Amino acid sequence: MGNDARTPAAAASADFEEVQATQQFQELRKRHRSFVFPMAIAFLLWYFAYVILAAYAVDFMSTKVWGNINVGIIMGLLQFVTTFAITGWYVSYSNRRLDPIAADIRHGIEGHEYDKSGSSGQGGGAK
Amino acid sequence: MITIPAAVDVAALKDTTLLNMGIFALFVAVTMVIVLRASRNNKTAADYYAAGRSFTGSQNGTAIAGDYLSAASFLGITGAIAINGYDGFMYSIGFLVAWLVALLLVAELLRNTGKYTMADVLSFRLRQRPVRIAAAISTLAVCFFYLLAQMAGAGSLISLLLGISDWGGQALVIIVVGALMIMYVLIGGMKGTTWVQIIKACLLIAGAAVMTLWVLAIYGFNLSSLLGGAAEAANNPAVLNPGLQYGKTETSKLDFMSLALALVLGTAALPHVLMRFYTVPTAKEARKSVVWSIGLIGLFYIFTLVLGYGAAALVGADTIKGAPGGVNSAAPLLAFHLGGPLLLGFISAVAFATILAVVAGLTITAAASFAHDIYANVIAKGKADADTEVKVARRTVIVIGILAILGGIFANGQNVAFLVALAFAVAASANLPTIIYSLFWRRFTTQGAVWSMYGGLASAIILIALSPVVSGGATSMIKGANFAVFPLSNPGIVSIPLAFLLGWLGTVLDKRQEDPSKQAEMEVRSLTGVGAEKAVEH
Repeated sequence: MGNDARTPAAAASADFEEVQATQQFQELRKRHRSFVFPMAIAFLLWYFAYVILAAYAVDFMSTKVWGNINVGIIMGLLQFVTTFAITGWYVSYSNRRLDPIAADIRHGIEGHEYDKSGSSGQGGGAK
Repeated sequence: MITIPAAVDVAALKDTTLLNMGIFALFVAVTMVIVLRASRNNKTAADYYAAGRSFTGSQNGTAIAGDYLSAASFLGITGAIAINGYDGFMYSIGFLVAWLVALLLVAELLRNTGKYTMADVLSFRLRQRPVRIAAAISTLAVCFFYLLAQMAGAGSLISLLLGISDWGGQALVIIVVGALMIMYVLIGGMKGTTWVQIIKACLLIAGAAVMTLWVLAIYGFNLSSLLGGAAEAANNPAVLNPGLQYGKTETSKLDFMSLALALVLGTAALPHVLMRFYTVPTAKEARKSVVWSIGLIGLFYIFTLVLGYGAAALVGADTIKGAPGGVNSAAPLLAFHLGGPLLLGFISAVAFATILAVVAGLTITAAASFAHDIYANVIAKGKADADTEVKVARRTVIVIGILAILGGIFANGQNVAFLVALAFAVAASANLPTIIYSLFWRRFTTQGAVWSMYGGLASAIILIALSPVVSGGATSMIKGANFAVFPLSNPGIVSIPLAFLLGWLGTVLDKRQEDPSKQAEMEVRSLTGVGAEKAVEH
């Protein structure tokens, strides 16, 4: 149905459980999760810390730091800075640590390295 | 250009109606030519729904910004800052930070596992029928709420920008907006819609940039003196501090927490945003799209800080509140103050283009979901050919367009601002838990998905119906009745954790196991991109 109407034969004939069990794929998954989960938790905590301060620590947020610029404005602008920084960090991490290994596994599958026994080249549809 | 008026003369706005209309007509003419040119290659379903997967990451990122920066962002946030000060700025931050969820957890994995719609991903390794139906229903619900808010907003915008204040005239303009939108989507499909969004994003960001630099120049490029000017004009130094709008009571503080939760978790689950990731050829381009959109959207929201406080300082909160269109008139009035009728005309046209582009994006998403999920996979049980599916999608566009026009006329003048917040809350409750679980939790089952999606959808809508926005308050939709047993206007703080809980509970109580080979396939495909449809060659 739907998803693999145009799936290349290699992907349709591959044994994905075999791929999933390979050390290379486990490594890819570990690298992906060990970056995105802590990062997602960190930015959500930082954002909600900011929102909670804005709601419940108005005096602190209203403290003037420089001219009319107060802690609230600075923390708000810092949210922009951290968002841009995390974006840049993730892109560089993906380019270095995720993309090469993902491409390697992909080429392996497309080169029929993981075909199910007896169905090589048939691509009989995964569903 | 005429001399800049010392204070904004609201009555003089009417004289610029013809100019506004002229600039808007020019936008429509230019985009229509581009849509016609872009549509010549629309042949297959992938062309119609996903623009042949032929856009680059930077193009798609710009289109995402165009899709995301709705009139509510541009006019609503600028107005909220101008009147409520700091609390308005907090919307900007929530709307931006939310993109990290899309970048880190959703965009690339989704691009790798789906084809046209959100339901493709959610039903990948679960039972097709129940999950697809649930995902399509929640997609249609989010699109409907968002669409209704945009169309109703068009009515009040018109009263300000074109000086059409009678009901019949506004209805006529809503019909024109709806008809134009139907034409764009019908002729151009996803490709045409994407180009409209790209053009609109460029115009919007350029217009906002000019106004921002102009305001900053007036204050010697010193943010502190701009803030000082705003505080002085408001005669209230508290506009620079949080709490003016949401800090009044404990309930309103909690309400803001609830809104913040829905904004930050809802964005990455908005179906019309998700669908945009299918217009690029690879996951790497999907990543690049999000990077571009984070850049553009972030830049724009920094502008809103200057524009909002600039409007407060230069136009004044009382003038804004007194103008037709109320809070929404802050940005246009600031444009008039700075650049006279020409800049006002430009900004007004941009605001119209914004509504048009956003409703077009919503309509094609809803049509794709109906044709691809409900019709092709459920009614025709996967036996419909692609041509029939696209034919159904095109007919759905017309039906949705007509519904949107009727809804817009009916809701015109109603207080429907809560609908956008509701759309985010529904997206965060009904869609996000299932997206996250099915991408990252091996054990997740069909029952968990169905419980989470229906539970999230129903709880968000029921809580809104029982909240002060519908009854029991001074600005409620239904006056003279009070069944508001839920104190908050934003249901997210209850409905989002509930949906996550239901997804977990439904899974652990499910006696059936899902096919481990489908789970393996989904995980391998999502991380490596193997088997994902490549760009269609023309």
